[in-house]
Amino acid sequence: MADEEYILRVENIHKSFGELEVLRGVTFDVKKGETICFIGPSGTGKSTLLRCINQLNKPDDGHVWLHGEEVTNSGNRINYFRQRIGMVFQNFFLFDHLTALKNVEIALIKVRGMDPKEAREKALYELRQVGMEKWAEHYPAELSGGQAQRVSIARALAMDPDVILFDEPTSALDPELTREVLEVMKLLAEQGMTMLVVTHEMGFACSVATRIMFMEHGIIQEQGSPDQMMSDQTFERCKNFIGKVTGYGTD
Amino acid sequence: MDLIDILIEWFPYLISGIFATLGLVASALVIGVLVGLPMALGQVYGKFPVRAVVGIYVWFFRGLPVLVLLFLFYFGIFPGLGLDLPAFFVGATVLGLRGAAYQSQIFRGAIQSISEGQMIAARSLGMTRLQGIRNVILPQAVRIALPGWSNEYPNILTDSAICYAIGVAELLTRTSQIVSQTYVTMPIYLVCAGIFILLNYAGLRVLHEIEKKIEVPGFGTGAA
Ligand SMILES: Nc1ncnc2c1ncn2[C@@H]1O[C@H](COP(=O)(O)OP(=O)(O)OP(=O)(O)O)[C@@H](O)[C@H]1O
Ligand SMILES: [Mg+2]
Repeated sequence: MADEEYILRVENIHKSFGELEVLRGVTFDVKKGETICFIGPSGTGKSTLLRCINQLNKPDDGHVWLHGEEVTNSGNRINYFRQRIGMVFQNFFLFDHLTALKNVEIALIKVRGMDPKEAREKALYELRQVGMEKWAEHYPAELSGGQAQRVSIARALAMDPDVILFDEPTSALDPELTREVLEVMKLLAEQGMTMLVVTHEMGFACSVATRIMFMEHGIIQEQGSPDQMMSDQTFERCKNFIGKVTGYGTD
Repeated sequence: MDLIDILIEWFPYLISGIFATLGLVASALVIGVLVGLPMALGQVYGKFPVRAVVGIYVWFFRGLPVLVLLFLFYFGIFPGLGLDLPAFFVGATVLGLRGAAYQSQIFRGAIQSISEGQMIAARSLGMTRLQGIRNVILPQAVRIALPGWSNEYPNILTDSAICYAIGVAELLTRTSQIVSQTYVTMPIYLVCAGIFILLNYAGLRVLHEIEKKIEVPGFGTGAA
Protein backbone atom coordinates (compact mmCIF):
# COMPACT_ATOMS: atom_id res chain seq x y z
CA MET A 1 0.00 0.00 0.00
CA ALA A 2 1.11 3.50 -0.78
CA ASP A 3 0.44 4.69 2.73
CA GLU A 4 3.55 6.84 2.66
CA GLU A 5 2.03 9.01 0.01
CA TYR A 6 -1.27 9.65 1.77
CA ILE A 7 -1.22 10.92 5.30
CA LEU A 8 -4.97 10.63 5.72
CA ARG A 9 -7.28 8.09 4.16
CA VAL A 10 -11.02 8.21 4.56
CA GLU A 11 -12.76 5.10 3.39
CA ASN A 12 -16.46 4.54 2.83
CA ILE A 13 -17.74 6.49 5.83
CA HIS A 14 -21.39 6.00 6.68
CA LYS A 15 -23.23 7.84 9.41
CA SER A 16 -26.89 8.05 10.34
CA PHE A 17 -28.65 9.92 13.12
CA GLY A 18 -31.67 7.76 13.81
CA GLU A 19 -33.59 7.49 10.55
CA LEU A 20 -31.62 10.26 8.93
CA GLU A 21 -28.83 8.93 6.71
CA VAL A 22 -26.32 11.77 6.70
CA LEU A 23 -23.18 10.22 5.20
CA ARG A 24 -23.69 7.54 2.56
CA GLY A 25 -20.20 6.32 1.80
CA VAL A 26 -17.52 9.01 1.65
CA THR A 27 -14.05 8.08 0.42
CA PHE A 28 -11.02 10.22 -0.26
CA ASP A 29 -7.27 10.32 0.37
CA VAL A 30 -5.22 13.29 1.45
CA LYS A 31 -1.60 13.93 0.56
CA LYS A 32 0.70 15.85 2.80
CA GLY A 33 0.43 19.59 2.23
CA GLU A 34 -2.91 19.46 0.49
CA THR A 35 -5.67 21.92 1.19
CA ILE A 36 -9.01 20.36 0.39
CA CYS A 37 -12.10 22.54 0.44
CA PHE A 38 -15.51 21.00 0.97
CA ILE A 39 -18.48 22.89 -0.30
CA GLY A 40 -22.12 22.00 -0.52
CA PRO A 41 -25.59 22.87 0.66
CA SER A 42 -26.54 23.01 4.31
CA GLY A 43 -27.35 19.69 5.93
CA THR A 44 -25.43 17.51 3.49
CA GLY A 45 -23.13 16.20 6.19
CA LYS A 46 -19.98 18.29 5.83
CA SER A 47 -19.62 18.91 9.56
CA THR A 48 -20.53 15.33 10.28
CA LEU A 49 -17.80 14.16 7.92
CA LEU A 50 -15.12 16.23 9.69
CA ARG A 51 -16.36 14.97 13.05
CA CYS A 52 -16.23 11.41 11.82
CA ILE A 53 -12.58 11.88 10.93
CA ASN A 54 -11.52 12.64 14.51
CA GLN A 55 -14.30 10.49 15.94
CA LEU A 56 -16.21 13.28 17.67
CA ASN A 57 -18.99 11.48 15.82
CA LYS A 58 -18.58 7.72 15.60
CA PRO A 59 -19.12 6.54 12.03
CA ASP A 60 -21.48 3.60 11.63
CA ASP A 61 -19.28 2.10 8.97
CA GLY A 62 -16.00 2.81 7.19
CA HIS A 63 -12.45 3.56 8.24
CA VAL A 64 -10.12 6.48 8.77
CA TRP A 65 -6.37 5.99 8.59
CA LEU A 66 -3.70 8.44 9.68
CA HIS A 67 -0.22 7.55 8.47
CA GLY A 68 -1.44 4.01 7.95
CA GLU A 69 -2.71 3.67 11.51
CA GLU A 70 -6.41 3.13 12.00
CA VAL A 71 -8.14 6.03 13.73
CA THR A 72 -11.55 4.37 13.72
CA ASN A 73 -12.01 1.65 16.35
CA SER A 74 -8.83 2.79 18.08
CA GLY A 75 -10.27 2.78 21.63
CA ASN A 76 -8.39 5.02 24.02
CA ARG A 77 -5.76 5.74 21.41
CA ILE A 78 -8.25 8.14 19.88
CA ASN A 79 -6.95 10.75 22.31
CA TYR A 80 -3.55 10.34 20.72
CA PHE A 81 -4.97 10.68 17.20
CA ARG A 82 -6.92 13.77 18.17
CA GLN A 83 -3.64 15.44 19.07
CA ARG A 84 -2.47 14.67 15.55
CA ILE A 85 -5.72 15.91 13.96
CA GLY A 86 -6.45 19.51 14.91
CA MET A 87 -9.89 21.02 14.68
CA VAL A 88 -11.15 24.57 14.29
CA PHE A 89 -14.84 25.30 14.83
CA GLN A 90 -17.26 27.80 13.41
CA ASN A 91 -17.92 29.25 16.85
CA PHE A 92 -14.28 29.01 17.99
CA PHE A 93 -15.08 27.19 21.24
CA LEU A 94 -12.23 28.90 23.05
CA PHE A 95 -12.09 28.02 26.73
CA ASP A 96 -13.93 31.00 28.19
CA HIS A 97 -12.18 30.99 31.56
CA LEU A 98 -8.66 31.07 30.14
CA THR A 99 -6.59 33.80 28.52
CA ALA A 100 -5.58 33.42 24.88
CA LEU A 101 -2.18 32.20 26.01
CA LYS A 102 -3.62 29.62 28.42
CA ASN A 103 -6.05 28.46 25.76
CA VAL A 104 -3.11 27.57 23.58
CA GLU A 105 -0.90 26.03 26.27
CA ILE A 106 -3.43 24.03 28.27
CA ALA A 107 -3.45 20.93 26.07
CA LEU A 108 0.33 21.06 25.78
CA ILE A 109 0.58 20.89 29.56
CA LYS A 110 -2.34 18.64 30.42
CA VAL A 111 -2.34 16.32 27.42
CA ARG A 112 1.22 16.32 26.18
CA GLY A 113 2.69 16.72 29.66
CA MET A 114 4.97 19.49 28.49
CA ASP A 115 6.89 21.56 31.02
CA PRO A 116 4.84 24.74 31.68
CA LYS A 117 7.70 27.07 30.76
CA GLU A 118 8.29 25.28 27.50
CA ALA A 119 4.55 25.20 26.80
CA ARG A 120 4.36 28.94 27.34
CA GLU A 121 7.12 29.60 24.82
CA LYS A 122 5.46 27.32 22.32
CA ALA A 123 2.06 28.95 22.88
CA LEU A 124 3.55 32.42 22.41
CA TYR A 125 5.21 31.23 19.24
CA GLU A 126 1.91 29.95 17.85
CA LEU A 127 0.12 33.15 18.85
CA ARG A 128 2.80 35.07 16.96
CA GLN A 129 2.14 32.90 13.91
CA VAL A 130 -1.47 34.07 13.84
CA GLY A 131 -0.68 37.66 14.81
CA MET A 132 -2.18 37.41 18.28
CA GLU A 133 0.87 37.61 20.51
CA LYS A 134 -0.13 41.04 21.79
CA TRP A 135 -3.43 39.62 22.98
CA ALA A 136 -1.92 36.74 24.91
CA GLU A 137 -3.21 37.92 28.30
CA HIS A 138 -6.73 38.70 27.13
CA TYR A 139 -9.78 36.56 27.75
CA PRO A 140 -12.03 35.27 24.93
CA ALA A 141 -14.80 37.71 25.90
CA GLU A 142 -12.37 40.55 25.16
CA LEU A 143 -11.55 39.38 21.63
CA SER A 144 -13.29 40.05 18.33
CA GLY A 145 -14.56 37.02 16.45
CA GLY A 146 -11.64 37.16 14.05
CA GLN A 147 -9.16 37.37 16.89
CA ALA A 148 -10.84 34.53 18.75
CA GLN A 149 -10.74 32.36 15.65
CA ARG A 150 -7.04 33.08 15.15
CA VAL A 151 -6.39 32.06 18.74
CA SER A 152 -8.29 28.85 18.16
CA ILE A 153 -6.13 28.20 15.11
CA ALA A 154 -3.06 28.76 17.28
CA ARG A 155 -4.49 26.32 19.80
CA ALA A 156 -4.80 23.68 17.10
CA LEU A 157 -1.34 24.46 15.70
CA ALA A 158 0.30 24.11 19.09
CA MET A 159 -0.19 20.35 19.06
CA ASP A 160 1.88 20.13 15.84
CA PRO A 161 -0.92 18.28 14.09
CA ASP A 162 -0.49 16.34 10.85
CA VAL A 163 -3.73 17.77 9.56
CA ILE A 164 -6.20 20.43 10.68
CA LEU A 165 -9.95 20.22 10.12
CA PHE A 166 -11.71 23.57 9.69
CA ASP A 167 -15.49 23.56 9.98
CA GLU A 168 -16.73 26.80 8.45
CA PRO A 169 -14.10 28.84 10.27
CA THR A 170 -15.37 32.17 8.97
CA SER A 171 -19.12 31.65 8.84
CA ALA A 172 -19.67 33.46 12.12
CA LEU A 173 -17.58 36.46 11.04
CA ASP A 174 -18.31 39.61 9.11
CA PRO A 175 -16.31 40.20 5.89
CA GLU A 176 -13.52 42.23 7.45
CA LEU A 177 -12.82 39.61 10.13
CA THR A 178 -13.27 36.82 7.61
CA ARG A 179 -10.39 38.25 5.64
CA GLU A 180 -7.94 38.25 8.56
CA VAL A 181 -8.75 34.61 9.33
CA LEU A 182 -8.51 33.50 5.72
CA GLU A 183 -5.13 35.22 5.43
CA VAL A 184 -3.83 33.18 8.34
CA MET A 185 -5.16 30.01 6.75
CA LYS A 186 -3.64 30.88 3.42
CA LEU A 187 -0.29 31.34 5.13
CA LEU A 188 -0.62 27.94 6.75
CA ALA A 189 -1.37 26.37 3.37
CA GLU A 190 1.72 28.01 1.91
CA GLN A 191 3.81 26.67 4.79
CA GLY A 192 2.69 23.18 3.86
CA MET A 193 0.09 22.47 6.52
CA THR A 194 -2.41 19.82 5.47
CA MET A 195 -5.92 21.17 5.81
CA LEU A 196 -9.49 20.06 5.23
CA VAL A 197 -11.72 23.11 5.08
CA VAL A 198 -15.49 23.23 4.99
CA THR A 199 -16.26 26.68 3.65
CA HIS A 200 -18.56 28.82 1.59
CA GLU A 201 -15.71 31.17 0.68
CA MET A 202 -15.33 30.42 -3.00
CA GLY A 203 -12.55 32.96 -3.42
CA PHE A 204 -10.49 31.17 -0.81
CA ALA A 205 -11.32 27.74 -2.22
CA CYS A 206 -10.34 28.71 -5.76
CA SER A 207 -7.10 30.42 -4.80
CA VAL A 208 -5.82 28.16 -2.02
CA ALA A 209 -7.35 24.70 -2.43
CA THR A 210 -5.44 21.95 -4.18
CA ARG A 211 -8.75 20.15 -4.54
CA ILE A 212 -12.38 21.08 -4.20
CA MET A 213 -14.98 18.53 -3.21
CA PHE A 214 -18.62 19.22 -3.76
CA MET A 215 -20.80 17.34 -1.29
CA GLU A 216 -24.49 16.76 -1.57
CA HIS A 217 -26.87 14.21 -0.03
CA GLY A 218 -24.14 12.60 2.02
CA ILE A 219 -21.63 11.81 -0.71
CA ILE A 220 -18.93 13.59 -2.67
CA GLN A 221 -20.71 14.38 -5.92
CA GLU A 222 -17.92 16.10 -7.79
CA GLN A 223 -14.27 16.80 -7.16
CA GLY A 224 -11.29 18.28 -8.89
CA SER A 225 -8.80 21.12 -8.91
CA PRO A 226 -10.02 24.72 -8.79
CA ASP A 227 -9.07 25.04 -12.47
CA GLN A 228 -11.15 22.04 -13.39
CA MET A 229 -14.01 23.45 -11.44
CA MET A 230 -13.80 26.71 -13.33
CA SER A 231 -13.59 25.12 -16.77
CA ASP A 232 -15.03 21.60 -16.78
CA GLN A 233 -18.54 20.67 -17.67
CA THR A 234 -18.43 18.10 -14.92
CA PHE A 235 -18.78 20.54 -12.05
CA GLU A 236 -22.25 21.40 -13.14
CA ARG A 237 -24.05 20.71 -9.85
CA CYS A 238 -21.39 22.54 -7.94
CA LYS A 239 -21.54 25.62 -10.13
CA ASN A 240 -25.26 25.57 -9.90
CA PHE A 241 -24.94 25.60 -6.11
CA ILE A 242 -22.32 28.33 -6.13
CA GLY A 243 -24.54 30.38 -8.38
CA LYS A 244 -27.24 30.16 -5.77
CA VAL A 245 -24.87 31.05 -2.96
CA THR A 246 -23.20 34.02 -4.61
CA GLY A 247 -26.23 35.19 -6.51
CA TYR A 248 -24.38 35.05 -9.83
CA GLY A 249 -25.72 32.90 -12.64
CA THR A 250 -23.35 30.35 -14.14
CA ASP A 251 -24.91 29.81 -17.52
CA MET B 1 -25.87 43.42 87.17
CA ASP B 2 -24.96 45.61 84.27
CA LEU B 3 -25.15 44.07 80.76
CA ILE B 4 -21.53 45.00 80.14
CA ASP B 5 -20.44 43.20 83.30
CA ILE B 6 -22.44 40.14 82.30
CA LEU B 7 -20.88 40.13 78.86
CA ILE B 8 -17.40 40.47 80.28
CA GLU B 9 -18.00 37.70 82.77
CA TRP B 10 -19.49 35.31 80.20
CA PHE B 11 -17.26 36.41 77.35
CA PRO B 12 -15.32 33.12 77.05
CA TYR B 13 -18.65 31.33 76.98
CA LEU B 14 -19.90 33.44 74.08
CA ILE B 15 -16.65 33.12 72.21
CA SER B 16 -16.68 29.35 72.47
CA GLY B 17 -20.27 29.44 71.19
CA ILE B 18 -19.21 31.54 68.21
CA PHE B 19 -16.40 29.14 67.41
CA ALA B 20 -18.76 26.18 67.65
CA THR B 21 -21.22 27.88 65.31
CA LEU B 22 -18.50 28.76 62.81
CA GLY B 23 -17.18 25.23 63.11
CA LEU B 24 -20.60 23.82 62.29
CA VAL B 25 -20.99 26.14 59.30
CA ALA B 26 -17.49 25.58 57.94
CA SER B 27 -17.73 21.78 58.24
CA ALA B 28 -21.19 21.80 56.71
CA LEU B 29 -20.02 23.91 53.76
CA VAL B 30 -17.01 21.68 53.19
CA ILE B 31 -19.10 18.51 53.37
CA GLY B 32 -21.62 20.19 51.10
CA VAL B 33 -19.03 20.82 48.40
CA LEU B 34 -17.29 17.47 48.78
CA VAL B 35 -20.58 15.61 48.45
CA GLY B 36 -22.57 18.07 46.34
CA LEU B 37 -20.07 18.61 43.53
CA PRO B 38 -19.54 14.91 42.70
CA MET B 39 -23.31 14.46 42.87
CA ALA B 40 -23.76 17.26 40.36
CA LEU B 41 -21.20 15.64 38.05
CA GLY B 42 -22.96 12.31 38.48
CA GLN B 43 -26.28 13.86 37.62
CA VAL B 44 -24.95 15.49 34.47
CA TYR B 45 -22.46 12.92 33.21
CA GLY B 46 -23.48 9.73 35.01
CA LYS B 47 -25.50 6.79 33.75
CA PHE B 48 -29.05 6.16 34.88
CA PRO B 49 -28.37 4.36 38.21
CA VAL B 50 -26.08 7.17 39.33
CA ARG B 51 -28.59 9.82 38.34
CA ALA B 52 -31.35 7.93 40.13
CA VAL B 53 -29.40 7.61 43.38
CA VAL B 54 -28.55 11.31 43.33
CA GLY B 55 -32.17 12.17 42.56
CA ILE B 56 -33.41 10.17 45.54
CA TYR B 57 -30.76 11.71 47.80
CA VAL B 58 -31.73 15.23 46.81
CA TRP B 59 -35.41 14.47 47.17
CA PHE B 60 -34.86 13.01 50.65
CA PHE B 61 -32.69 15.77 52.08
CA ARG B 62 -34.71 18.59 50.62
CA GLY B 63 -38.01 17.02 51.56
CA LEU B 64 -37.57 16.88 55.33
CA PRO B 65 -37.42 19.66 57.92
CA VAL B 66 -33.93 20.17 59.33
CA LEU B 67 -35.07 19.31 62.81
CA VAL B 68 -36.53 16.02 61.64
CA LEU B 69 -33.27 15.19 59.86
CA LEU B 70 -31.30 16.11 62.95
CA PHE B 71 -33.36 13.88 65.27
CA LEU B 72 -33.43 11.11 62.69
CA PHE B 73 -29.65 11.01 62.54
CA TYR B 74 -28.93 11.78 66.18
CA PHE B 75 -31.44 9.45 67.80
CA GLY B 76 -32.05 7.00 64.96
CA ILE B 77 -29.58 6.40 62.17
CA PHE B 78 -26.22 6.86 63.91
CA PRO B 79 -27.19 4.96 67.09
CA GLY B 80 -28.80 2.33 64.85
CA LEU B 81 -25.44 1.88 63.15
CA GLY B 82 -23.91 1.45 66.57
CA LEU B 83 -22.20 4.84 66.36
CA ASP B 84 -22.10 7.00 69.45
CA LEU B 85 -21.09 10.30 67.90
CA PRO B 86 -20.69 13.69 69.56
CA ALA B 87 -23.61 16.05 68.94
CA PHE B 88 -21.33 18.55 67.19
CA PHE B 89 -20.27 15.92 64.70
CA VAL B 90 -23.85 14.86 64.02
CA GLY B 91 -24.97 18.48 63.64
CA ALA B 92 -22.21 19.31 61.16
CA THR B 93 -22.85 16.13 59.21
CA VAL B 94 -26.59 16.67 58.92
CA LEU B 95 -26.19 20.32 57.94
CA GLY B 96 -23.51 19.26 55.44
CA LEU B 97 -25.45 16.41 53.88
CA ARG B 98 -28.54 18.56 53.62
CA GLY B 99 -26.48 21.42 52.18
CA ALA B 100 -25.02 18.98 49.65
CA ALA B 101 -28.51 18.31 48.32
CA TYR B 102 -29.06 22.01 47.67
CA GLN B 103 -25.51 22.66 46.49
CA SER B 104 -25.59 19.78 44.03
CA GLN B 105 -28.45 21.52 42.26
CA ILE B 106 -26.56 24.82 42.19
CA PHE B 107 -23.52 23.07 40.69
CA ARG B 108 -25.65 21.06 38.30
CA GLY B 109 -27.28 24.21 36.95
CA ALA B 110 -23.85 25.77 36.52
CA ILE B 111 -22.43 22.74 34.69
CA GLN B 112 -25.45 22.52 32.42
CA SER B 113 -25.22 26.18 31.54
CA ILE B 114 -21.75 25.65 30.04
CA SER B 115 -22.01 25.36 26.29
CA GLU B 116 -21.43 21.92 24.86
CA GLY B 117 -18.70 23.33 22.63
CA GLN B 118 -16.35 23.65 25.61
CA MET B 119 -16.19 19.89 26.09
CA ILE B 120 -16.09 19.27 22.33
CA ALA B 121 -13.08 21.56 22.04
CA ALA B 122 -11.38 19.82 24.96
CA ARG B 123 -11.94 16.41 23.40
CA SER B 124 -10.76 17.62 20.00
CA LEU B 125 -7.40 18.45 21.59
CA GLY B 126 -7.00 14.92 22.88
CA MET B 127 -8.26 15.42 26.43
CA THR B 128 -10.12 12.53 27.99
CA ARG B 129 -13.58 13.23 29.32
CA LEU B 130 -12.17 13.38 32.83
CA GLN B 131 -9.47 15.85 31.77
CA GLY B 132 -12.13 17.93 30.07
CA ILE B 133 -14.21 17.98 33.25
CA ARG B 134 -11.24 18.84 35.44
CA ASN B 135 -9.54 21.44 33.25
CA VAL B 136 -12.47 23.06 31.49
CA ILE B 137 -15.88 22.27 32.95
CA LEU B 138 -15.16 22.49 36.68
CA PRO B 139 -13.19 25.76 36.66
CA GLN B 140 -16.03 27.37 34.72
CA ALA B 141 -18.78 25.75 36.77
CA VAL B 142 -17.25 26.96 40.04
CA ARG B 143 -17.15 30.52 38.77
CA ILE B 144 -20.71 30.36 37.54
CA ALA B 145 -21.96 28.70 40.71
CA LEU B 146 -20.19 30.85 43.28
CA PRO B 147 -22.76 33.69 43.60
CA GLY B 148 -25.58 31.20 44.12
CA TRP B 149 -23.39 29.04 46.28
CA SER B 150 -22.58 32.03 48.51
CA ASN B 151 -26.22 32.10 49.55
CA GLU B 152 -25.67 28.74 51.15
CA TYR B 153 -23.55 30.44 53.78
CA PRO B 154 -26.34 32.52 55.41
CA ASN B 155 -28.72 29.60 54.97
CA ILE B 156 -26.47 27.19 56.84
CA LEU B 157 -25.46 29.81 59.39
CA THR B 158 -29.07 30.43 60.38
CA ASP B 159 -29.93 26.72 60.19
CA SER B 160 -27.03 25.90 62.48
CA ALA B 161 -28.87 27.29 65.51
CA ILE B 162 -31.18 24.29 65.31
CA CYS B 163 -28.32 22.16 66.64
CA TYR B 164 -29.39 23.64 69.98
CA ALA B 165 -32.00 20.89 69.94
CA ILE B 166 -29.42 18.13 70.30
CA GLY B 167 -27.28 20.11 72.71
CA VAL B 168 -24.39 21.26 70.55
CA ALA B 169 -22.68 24.04 72.48
CA GLU B 170 -23.11 26.58 69.70
CA LEU B 171 -24.01 30.24 69.99
CA LEU B 172 -27.72 29.88 70.76
CA THR B 173 -27.10 27.12 73.30
CA ARG B 174 -24.49 29.25 75.04
CA THR B 175 -26.78 32.25 74.97
CA SER B 176 -29.66 30.45 76.61
CA GLN B 177 -27.28 29.06 79.22
CA ILE B 178 -26.22 32.60 80.06
CA VAL B 179 -29.86 33.67 80.22
CA SER B 180 -30.76 30.91 82.63
CA GLN B 181 -27.80 31.74 84.83
CA THR B 182 -28.30 35.51 84.92
CA TYR B 183 -32.06 35.87 84.46
CA VAL B 184 -31.33 38.65 81.94
CA THR B 185 -33.30 37.72 78.85
CA MET B 186 -33.95 40.28 76.19
CA PRO B 187 -30.56 42.05 76.12
CA ILE B 188 -28.70 38.76 75.97
CA TYR B 189 -30.78 37.41 73.11
CA LEU B 190 -30.28 40.73 71.32
CA VAL B 191 -26.54 40.31 71.70
CA CYS B 192 -26.89 36.80 70.28
CA ALA B 193 -28.91 38.14 67.33
CA GLY B 194 -26.33 40.87 66.77
CA ILE B 195 -23.55 38.33 66.66
CA PHE B 196 -25.43 36.23 64.08
CA ILE B 197 -25.96 39.29 61.91
CA LEU B 198 -22.30 40.19 62.21
CA LEU B 199 -21.18 36.66 61.28
CA ASN B 200 -23.57 36.72 58.36
CA TYR B 201 -22.24 39.99 57.07
CA ALA B 202 -18.58 39.14 57.57
CA GLY B 203 -18.92 35.76 55.86
CA LEU B 204 -20.64 37.22 52.84
CA ARG B 205 -17.92 39.86 52.55
CA VAL B 206 -15.27 37.15 52.50
CA LEU B 207 -17.14 35.19 49.82
CA HIS B 208 -17.59 38.36 47.81
CA GLU B 209 -13.84 38.95 47.91
CA ILE B 210 -13.26 35.39 46.67
CA GLU B 211 -15.70 35.96 43.83
CA LYS B 212 -13.77 39.05 42.81
CA LYS B 213 -10.47 37.20 43.03
CA ILE B 214 -11.44 34.48 40.60
CA GLU B 215 -13.53 36.67 38.35
CA VAL B 216 -12.83 36.38 34.65
CA PRO B 217 -14.10 38.76 31.94
CA GLY B 218 -17.19 37.35 30.33
CA PHE B 219 -18.25 35.43 33.41
CA GLY B 220 -20.96 37.14 35.41
CA THR B 221 -19.87 36.10 38.90
CA GLY B 222 -21.97 38.84 40.39
CA ALA B 223 -18.94 40.59 41.84
CA ALA B 224 -19.61 43.71 39.80
N1 LIG C 1 -25.79 14.95 16.73
C1 LIG C 1 -26.77 14.94 15.83
N2 LIG C 1 -27.96 14.35 16.10
C2 LIG C 1 -28.96 14.32 15.19
N3 LIG C 1 -28.87 14.85 13.97
C3 LIG C 1 -27.73 15.45 13.62
C4 LIG C 1 -26.62 15.52 14.53
N4 LIG C 1 -25.61 16.19 13.93
C5 LIG C 1 -26.06 16.51 12.70
N5 LIG C 1 -27.33 16.06 12.51
C6 LIG C 1 -28.13 16.22 11.30
O1 LIG C 1 -27.38 15.70 10.22
C7 LIG C 1 -27.54 16.47 9.04
C8 LIG C 1 -26.20 16.89 8.51
O2 LIG C 1 -25.65 17.81 9.44
P1 LIG C 1 -24.24 18.49 9.20
O3 LIG C 1 -24.08 19.45 10.32
O4 LIG C 1 -23.19 17.48 9.03
O5 LIG C 1 -24.47 19.26 7.84
P2 LIG C 1 -23.56 20.36 7.16
O6 LIG C 1 -23.32 19.91 5.76
O7 LIG C 1 -22.39 20.65 7.98
O8 LIG C 1 -24.54 21.61 7.11
P3 LIG C 1 -24.22 23.15 7.43
O9 LIG C 1 -23.75 23.76 6.14
O10 LIG C 1 -25.58 23.69 7.82
O11 LIG C 1 -23.25 23.22 8.52
C9 LIG C 1 -28.44 17.63 9.44
O12 LIG C 1 -29.75 17.33 8.99
C10 LIG C 1 -28.38 17.66 10.92
O13 LIG C 1 -29.60 18.12 11.46
MG1 LIG D 1 -21.79 22.26 9.22
